[in-house]
Amino acid sequence: MRARGLARAGQPAAPGGADGARRRSQDWLGPVRAAVFVASLLPLCRLVVLGMTGGLGANPVEFVTRSLGTWTLVFLCLTLAVSPARWLGAPPAIVRLRRMLGLYAFFYGSLHFLLYIWLDQWFDWRAVAADIAERPFITAGFAAWLLMVPLAITSNRFAIRRLGSRWQRLHRLVYLLVPLGVLHFWWHKAGKNDIGEPAVYAAIVAVLLAVRIVRRIVAARRA
Amino acid sequence: MLIRKSGEHPILPSEITPRAVFERRREIVRAAAAAALLPVAGPARAARAGPAARPALDARPSPLSIDEPRTPYEDVTGYNNFYEFGTGKGDPAAHAHRLQTRPWSVRIEGAVAKPGVYDIEKLLALAPLEERVYRMRCVEGWSMVIPWVGYSLSELIRRVEPLGNAHYIEYETLADDERMPGIRAPILAWPYVEGLRMDEAMHPLTLLCFGLYGEVLPNQNGAPVRIVVPWKYGFKSAKSIVAIRFVEKQPMTSWHMAAPREYGFYSNVNPEVAHPRWSQATERRIGEDGFFTRKRKTLMFNGYADQVASLYAGMDLRRYY
Repeated sequence: MRARGLARAGQPAAPGGADGARRRSQDWLGPVRAAVFVASLLPLCRLVVLGMTGGLGANPVEFVTRSLGTWTLVFLCLTLAVSPARWLGAPPAIVRLRRMLGLYAFFYGSLHFLLYIWLDQWFDWRAVAADIAERPFITAGFAAWLLMVPLAITSNRFAIRRLGSRWQRLHRLVYLLVPLGVLHFWWHKAGKNDIGEPAVYAAIVAVLLAVRIVRRIVAARRA
Repeated sequence: MLIRKSGEHPILPSEITPRAVFERRREIVRAAAAAALLPVAGPARAARAGPAARPALDARPSPLSIDEPRTPYEDVTGYNNFYEFGTGKGDPAAHAHRLQTRPWSVRIEGAVAKPGVYDIEKLLALAPLEERVYRMRCVEGWSMVIPWVGYSLSELIRRVEPLGNAHYIEYETLADDERMPGIRAPILAWPYVEGLRMDEAMHPLTLLCFGLYGEVLPNQNGAPVRIVVPWKYGFKSAKSIVAIRFVEKQPMTSWHMAAPREYGFYSNVNPEVAHPRWSQATERRIGEDGFFTRKRKTLMFNGYADQVASLYAGMDLRRYY
């Protein structure tokens, strides 16, 4: 349960944990956090620079929308990779990067969705609603985004304190929404039998979820 | 039909604005935008070499051309679906140079009085070439306006004399696994096959196409010879064809076999019949519409309803999508 405890921002690292160790870990956490924050903005900066220099190709809207969707999946995978990285020996403090990575996934996912509503559907809400209802790949993508909303809203200390153990349960939605995001990508490509790229994400997510299941089984046997 | 007044010499649309000029205009606009917004960045496309000079094709203008701004050459030749060279839009332009377009011949087979192997030079000389500026609507929801060069497919069909039981044609794209890297992917059952009902194939709009923008076709656009059917979704306009067969029964076409719910045999452009994964009511015009431009409405039969709607009189176009 130690790892869980760490996931909650603002709580002491471990019972009886050495203050010195904690301080050392925070020494590097600040710059690392700043670096991750800046690095996570690079995909957006790239799109802006490409847009200003005519580098988005013949169909810029499609390029940008798809790029934002891809980066949403990348950040979701990174978010899911934090705990396994910790189990593999990464410093415990990396858990404190997870919230930022998750919020970036929400940020890119929201831009992706906004571009669809705006530039693809031109705020034709009836068409958007029909798309969500009738087209499975859009249904899956919308559901994934919708499930991110409560996680983003409750990603602050106040909500964590307020919700207590329910916070943990709520944030397990991530295990549902990430596969939905992959399914969205998969179905989008499936009509053209072009599933090479979605298959890569599916494999990564499958591994990230499988290690959790294996860990639980092992822990249950030990207990 | 096809009334040409002698003595009148209409200017070829491709002569109005030379390609080089409007390409440059685009660069100038981009460079200006880049300069205004990002003074430190160099012009990204400045290093891009201009298109290789391609042999010109002598073509006369056609009354079947539309009067709409043409999609820039760099987009027509840089944004393609030609899955034999890969599924990315830029893959065909990157890989199609490997395609050998000479020698080339087209097999005419099936229910015709004059089957045979027709050499590309013979096909080129079969009928006078015309420039046809057509809309091209991709099933994916984007469109272009392309000045094709060719002649009506009916010119060829008449000469090979179809028999009474030739109700359809099917045409086949080259499948050369040594030169076409995309063929290794199991996306479609290669070779790519498309088809038309005989009255569609005989329609004057249906083009046997050898060039675009007054020059021979770039490889990524289906050199050396392709079909263009402007009132149908782009995938019906098969590229780099090696055979045309005259058959009695409706052919099984590649996309229809791969995803029958998504791609019908007819695949006429129809804003009212949605693709299962997206609406077909609107489209984005490549190269012309800006990033923040609202998509335009898709026209019935891609704007060719006056010419082709009668082919489908009484047909339920929802059922025969």
